Amino acid sequence: MTQLPERTEKKLGLVIDLDTCVGCHACVVSCKGWNTENYGAPLSDQSPYGADPSGTFLNRVHSYEVQPDQGAAQLIHFPKSCLHCEDAPCVTVCPTGASYKRTEDGIVLVNETDCIGCGLCAWACPYGARELDAAEGVMKKCTLCVDRIYNENLPEEDRLPACVRTCPAGARHFGDLGDPGSEVSQLVAERGGMDLMPEQGTKPVNKYLPPRPKDEMDHIPATAGEIDVLAPLLKPVAEEPKGFIGWLDKALEKL
Amino acid sequence: MHPAPSVIIFTTLSGLGFGLLFWLGLGLPPVTGWVAFVFFAIAYALAVGGLLASTFHLGHPERALKAFTQWRTSWLSREAWTSVAALIAMALYGAGLVFFGTQWSVLGWLGAALSLLTVYSTSMIYGQLKTVPRWRTPLTPTLLLAISLAGGALLAGQITAALILLPIAAVLQVLWWVRGDNALRDSGTTMESATGLGHIGRVRAFEPPHTGTNYLLREFVHVVGRKHAIKLRVIALGLGYALPVLLLLLPFGHLIAVLAILAHLAGIAASRWLFFAEAEHVVGLYYGKR
Repeated sequence: MTQLPERTEKKLGLVIDLDTCVGCHACVVSCKGWNTENYGAPLSDQSPYGADPSGTFLNRVHSYEVQPDQGAAQLIHFPKSCLHCEDAPCVTVCPTGASYKRTEDGIVLVNETDCIGCGLCAWACPYGARELDAAEGVMKKCTLCVDRIYNENLPEEDRLPACVRTCPAGARHFGDLGDPGSEVSQLVAERGGMDLMPEQGTKPVNKYLPPRPKDEMDHIPATAGEIDVLAPLLKPVAEEPKGFIGWLDKALEKL
Repeated sequence: MHPAPSVIIFTTLSGLGFGLLFWLGLGLPPVTGWVAFVFFAIAYALAVGGLLASTFHLGHPERALKAFTQWRTSWLSREAWTSVAALIAMALYGAGLVFFGTQWSVLGWLGAALSLLTVYSTSMIYGQLKTVPRWRTPLTPTLLLAISLAGGALLAGQITAALILLPIAAVLQVLWWVRGDNALRDSGTTMESATGLGHIGRVRAFEPPHTGTNYLLREFVHVVGRKHAIKLRVIALGLGYALPVLLLLLPFGHLIAVLAILAHLAGIAASRWLFFAEAEHVVGLYYGKR
């Protein structure tokens, strides 16, 4: 049924910390691995060792350079997967009912046996979270590892989405964002978690934690006092060239 | 957006076919017998041919019947219903004209309304998408309906109607282009809003997720076709609208009518190519592209 539920009992989703992500792509690899071997059609690759390799991924990590008006540019690694939107435009456009949002936990899923592979849901998603698998002809998307999080055959510590379980930096968190007392909700409140493309009106469940401000040791005024016992050692050793280099500098200036 | 030939053929031909069915449903021209048969054969070849072409881009065309189930929310599903309803109503109406020489007017009007509803549903598949700001405007269904009505009038030999509708469609076409050129900028979606990093500074894509291409880039980030956009717009306007009007102003003849129809078809195909090739999907922003 492509009518979105009025409300869901839980809002399971991810919180991604852009301050902590180191851009190692381990989540990409573990996602591809788990979702190729488990629920649904495998995530195929086309000519993986050829001249023009490409393949289906449910999670991709971008890297952005952000240039503030003043100061140094920052490099920010940016993992992106399905945001399990409350107002998911991908679900309502589906003509067959293959796409649906679960009432019990808010996960957006595709029933692959109903999917005709028209691609309209991928057109409707602003985040690029859905990819049509070139080998299977059906739409693939993040399932929030629905086959892990409720899986009693797995040890309890593994009942997390594969990307969260594998992240070596602890940049990915999983939980119920509909419960204000949950760890993820508190993290969002504390760190100012944000929506991607809020103007699209999709009301994403997944939140992103913005990078913390960078330290500014390089331009703290001298009057601010010493900030570290090692600070004097960090002063430039020679501000004006001396000796032979000094003479050479002056001689070349005069030429 | 990737200008897939199957979708360009589908929207161009079935738009024209349902446009012709609209005029036939109104009893214009008032034909019966063999002449009616030829008119209906052309309309069905265009409408059904277009619909069949659209199934070529499906991953699983054998499951296409499931597309009738979600009419409550999905314009694609509504299009499936309206097209089948229009084709059935017009087939019965056509049978009356061809085999019994009688015009069941009410059935014809119903078929005409359903034909327009089909074109409207098709246009709303595009017009509903917030992710493609160039398409997301009431001008999209207005333009596609105008093109369908004008082309249908041309095929149905309704010269006066075509002479009025073709210029109207041309004006709508130009308005649609002019509005579309600023649509992405006016939508407010930027790399800064896409990444949420705008409060720090200006965002630049440093490294894409993969060295190779992927489904998203192939489907949504088509920049090659935009290179000749201005030339193609001139061709679309000239062939699709201006030339047919000039030809219709000449003394009527079947050869001139065929030329006008072929010019119109070629012009609309060029316009439809641009409809896709120029459309920017916001997902391109994540790749620093548009």
